[in-house]
Amino acid sequence: MTQFRARLAGNRAVGEYRHLVFVTSADIGMVKPGHFAAVAVGGPDSAMLLRRAFSIHRVSSKANVGTTIELIVSAKGAGTRWLTSQHEGVLVDMVAPLGKPFQLPKERVPCVLVAGGYGAAPMITLAEELRSRGCRVDVVLGASTESKLYGVLDLKRISDSIVITTDDGSLGVRGRVSDVLPEVMQRADSAVVYACGPMGMLQAVSLVAASTGAIAQCAVEESMACGVGVCMTCVLPVIGDDGRTRMVRACTEGPVFRGDRVRWDAIGSVPADAVGAPPAGGH
Amino acid sequence: MTNIQHVQVDLSTALGKLQLPAPVLTASGCAGYGRELDSYFDITSIGAIVTKSIMMEPRSGRATPRMAETPSGMINSIGLQGSGIESFIEHDLAWLRKRGARTIVSIAGNNVLEFGRLARRLRGVEGVAGLEINISCPNVANRGLVFACNPGSAAEVVAEVRKHAQPGLPLLAKLSPDVTDIVEIAHSVIDAGADGLAMINTLLGMVIDPVTLRPQLGGRTGGLSGPAIRPVAVRAVYQVHAALPQVPILGMGGIRSGRDALEFLAAGASAVSVGTAIFNDPSAPLRIQNELRDELASRGFSRLRDVIGIAHQA
Repeated sequence: MTQFRARLAGNRAVGEYRHLVFVTSADIGMVKPGHFAAVAVGGPDSAMLLRRAFSIHRVSSKANVGTTIELIVSAKGAGTRWLTSQHEGVLVDMVAPLGKPFQLPKERVPCVLVAGGYGAAPMITLAEELRSRGCRVDVVLGASTESKLYGVLDLKRISDSIVITTDDGSLGVRGRVSDVLPEVMQRADSAVVYACGPMGMLQAVSLVAASTGAIAQCAVEESMACGVGVCMTCVLPVIGDDGRTRMVRACTEGPVFRGDRVRWDAIGSVPADAVGAPPAGGH
Repeated sequence: MTNIQHVQVDLSTALGKLQLPAPVLTASGCAGYGRELDSYFDITSIGAIVTKSIMMEPRSGRATPRMAETPSGMINSIGLQGSGIESFIEHDLAWLRKRGARTIVSIAGNNVLEFGRLARRLRGVEGVAGLEINISCPNVANRGLVFACNPGSAAEVVAEVRKHAQPGLPLLAKLSPDVTDIVEIAHSVIDAGADGLAMINTLLGMVIDPVTLRPQLGGRTGGLSGPAIRPVAVRAVYQVHAALPQVPILGMGGIRSGRDALEFLAAGASAVSVGTAIFNDPSAPLRIQNELRDELASRGFSRLRDVIGIAHQA
């Protein structure tokens, strides 16, 4: 991970999101699908102290340009509204790449990519990576409505098949990704499910994967203050190799977790059997 | 500004017996055990790492959400998550020692006896430059009724730690600003055997979720930190230094720049800790230390020690 200044070089609307392109001369090392960036918002004297974390959409390097980092941002709070309203040339402080990325299969197994809304941001480079390894790639994209879908055309181009769902039926199948996922997985004989989106979606996807024996790799979205592992705010209950549940940091141990290791029902609480859980009455 | 870089400023300082080659430390709970931040700056180049508060047993901490952003700050209810003293000594302290970082170990007990057990366990353990006695964490079962809110219980904890700690080991008592008279608490912990004071801890606060109209944090209340609390912290340091000018103070609360650090030194702090600013900028401790050197140089100071408490001069 590297802390660096990046210049905003592009800012355009994509549906209800903004596609931001940053350029830096810093050497940020190897970036893999699932890595994220933590961006300081509001300028150097900002009253908004906490970094905003975004899954990295794409990174590329050119000798005479530098490294470009692309993010898909949903302007849903004060920090993201500031970020998405900036003009080209503005410098931002960024830390990247952060977190543990998606693990790629060693063999050519069929994979299915599931994303909700802007959770599709890391999926395009992931699909490219899997295809370059010879894996079959099926895609299920979902959102509440058509304008909140991301990456439909890109993923259509790269994948072997794609199914779209929207809650309101404005595009594709009316319903949720988990409604169509079992059929997609059965048809493709999927061995690995890669998912990125809201917690409820990840839980549903993990259940589908478990029922078919496939491995689910879920990139979670947790509220973070620092993104670098020191604030301890982004924790969720995860079962370790020893079978015990611990409150682990999404920023350093994640954001990608195996779906069968996350205690989805207990998110927002501390399970009573977690290591160091409080006695009745709390601590 | 270009000349400033060449001016030598002696940044060395001391917290009582604890000599520090540099004046900026991390604040407990904002730097983990130093390892993560070593990727962003050389952690041996600052005064010391003050660890996240350690307890005897592993502790899960509180349910999420654990934080909310507030104007120029944040509120947190982490709840002292940690893996316990044995794991800390074996893994984290061992790493800090190997790395060569000066380490002040922050300890927190559920009760007076646990503080003593922690101090005893750390007796003779290599790599401990001093202890911070965290008697003021608001994220404990008795909420705002922390040890540091009562002069008697604050002194009881400090005396217990003094009794069990390695003889001569520097002890800093961490004070809460949520008290009627912080000077009275300062007196009591110094009388009980503390060598110095770390101040201030967070202020107890609450954020109501505008959608659910319920407390936003899992712990309902939480600790407010960041630049929003800086004037409260500077005031507290100033008052305590006025009353106890010989007592070394590690000042903290919303320090984000070298100029902020200078305010604390002028108010009477001998060294400063950087906390919440790390979340905004993981290289903040070293950046602030360098900015402080420039601030001192631009004002003609060649020694940091000359500015300590200067705000009290007529």
